[in-house]
Amino acid sequence: MTDFILDVQGLETTFKTPEGVIHAVNGVSFGLSESETLGVVGESGCGKSVTMLSVLGLIASPPGKVTDGKALFSGQDLIKMKKEEIRRVRGAQIGMIFQDPMTSLNPVLTIGRQLEEPLMLHIGMTKQQARDRAAELLTMVGIPNAKDRLKDYPHQYSGGMRQRVMIAMALACTPQILIADEPTTALDVTIQAQIMDLVKRLRDELGMAIIWITHDLGVVAGLAQRVLVMYGGFIIEEAPVKELFTNPSHPYTIGLLGSLPRVDEKERGKLYSIEGSPPVLYQKPNSCPFAPRCRWAMERCWKENPVLEPVAPEHRIACWVDTKTGRPR
Amino acid sequence: MSSNNDVLLRVEDLVMHFPIYRGVIQRRVGAVRAVDGISFDVKRGETLGLVGESGCGKSTTGRTILQLYKPTAGQVHFEGVDLVHLKGENMRQMRRKMQMIFQDPYASLNPRMTVEQIVGEPLMVHSAATGKEIQERVAHLLEVVNLNPAFASRYPHEFSGGQRQRIGVARALALQPSFIICDEPISALDVSIQAQVVNLLEELQSQFNLTYLFIAHDLSMVRHISTRVAVMYLGVIMELANRDELYTHPLHPYTQALLSAVPIPDPVADAMRKRTILEGDVPSPANPPSGCRFRTRCPIAEAICAESRPEFREVKPGHFVACFFAERFL
Repeated sequence: MTDFILDVQGLETTFKTPEGVIHAVNGVSFGLSESETLGVVGESGCGKSVTMLSVLGLIASPPGKVTDGKALFSGQDLIKMKKEEIRRVRGAQIGMIFQDPMTSLNPVLTIGRQLEEPLMLHIGMTKQQARDRAAELLTMVGIPNAKDRLKDYPHQYSGGMRQRVMIAMALACTPQILIADEPTTALDVTIQAQIMDLVKRLRDELGMAIIWITHDLGVVAGLAQRVLVMYGGFIIEEAPVKELFTNPSHPYTIGLLGSLPRVDEKERGKLYSIEGSPPVLYQKPNSCPFAPRCRWAMERCWKENPVLEPVAPEHRIACWVDTKTGRPR
Repeated sequence: MSSNNDVLLRVEDLVMHFPIYRGVIQRRVGAVRAVDGISFDVKRGETLGLVGESGCGKSTTGRTILQLYKPTAGQVHFEGVDLVHLKGENMRQMRRKMQMIFQDPYASLNPRMTVEQIVGEPLMVHSAATGKEIQERVAHLLEVVNLNPAFASRYPHEFSGGQRQRIGVARALALQPSFIICDEPISALDVSIQAQVVNLLEELQSQFNLTYLFIAHDLSMVRHISTRVAVMYLGVIMELANRDELYTHPLHPYTQALLSAVPIPDPVADAMRKRTILEGDVPSPANPPSGCRFRTRCPIAEAICAESRPEFREVKPGHFVACFFAERFL
């Protein structure tokens, strides 16, 4: 287990709301190897973003609280770190990009200023060094006339360009890990293709590990080496990317893949649909969180929450049912 | 385009420009050319998919067809009647036959109205039913969209996104229209809910013999639901063809690039695809390129593309393309 550069164990996060305490992340454990690309998929509210924000110490408290678990990064537990300490890790050793590049950039500062800041802060570059490096970074993410464009403000960039700037910023201090939270969701598909192309190129050049959070199984198929599928604050399936798409084994994953029409596929007839909607957990469940929507649900599913268990090499699912036979596994 | 009885809606050279005003006296300094001369038919009983990226004018097209915007130029014929010059009561009567389902089920339902009021409102406005009858009709409509009629007295916030979209569908069905414009009806919904709503739309179509204009940016879903598909770019239709023809033999370089950019949920098939990655961004519709709108990003553009606008022509039976070089890909 020591070869993981990030090792998350038993993470639990809750949010206090007027309606009660929401259990957003319920004991999530996973490891990230060096230069690995890990895809995390799930629908809104499944806990995929909250998991990563918890690891990065970015959960607003109150109302949020990481109630349990560890996140070991180079031998240190990120969860236990003080604000000052984790700030030094974020942006330096772990870079982040978020969904909406407009709200993540400060509208009243030039792009150059925002790119130079982490370089001076984290690596102690001088103003001039930082300026040169900033231009280099913009060129690296494919923005032409980088030197001049450093003087521009975020609104002078298009959506795709802003996301390129975010990537440049996240990679400014050559982090070991890049955490990307739905970075292409707000973009058009031709721009999404540009950004994914860029990320793949940079990954090969710089060799960083990536955690890519998305609801889009297509994006994960093209980018990730290993995938975690989340539902109701739990990891319910974990597999290498090819294995997941050729042999999806959790009823939720099977349902999701069945409900997606494909651009390269002729008539399929009716789409498979998962009835009902995702849960909001006011209590830590003691049954399978997917049971109310599962067509294979058995008695045991209502009494005991399944844990992740292997079904094939490197392939684990949290389910009591063998979906191939419909019997208990 | 041939004329026959099957055509429910005919759009001819439709133009919708939004003026830009500047300065203290609000002088007109230009226009956003949201829709810039498009023509197409929608046949009775079919689903015409209208796809394109943000800002291409696909939603404006839908709204202009319904005369929610007064078109700058062009004609819209619905069941042979010219909507552009229709006024007052005649227009109001026409509106019963054409309804719309909106993108955002959170914004398109009034939070202070109950489901019964929301779904019953079109019936009241058009005096199609009264009192007790409205209640019965609403209950029936809710059943049709697979919602429990007992929920009629609840408010929108008590429903999930998918259920709200069903309420929007029930409202659109209230006046028994023959034509529904679905403006990105599923893009605000979670993946597992999208299939529910799409299946419902398909069921309703065969049950009530509906015709859809399905506006979306999700090319995979459009392939699934459409009979024919039109691709828009910067206010212009670039290509229109039968669904499978368009997806397997795209003739316009933009359609080709667009299709190759869609991620496929299958790592093996995805790795084997040939990708065309377009350079740069979509130009502003306030100042579109001369000639062909796509030429600034087109991998095969030549001098002629800047000089004149390529005609939207039928290259194969039923397959229309606006490109000088479409024959290269035949």
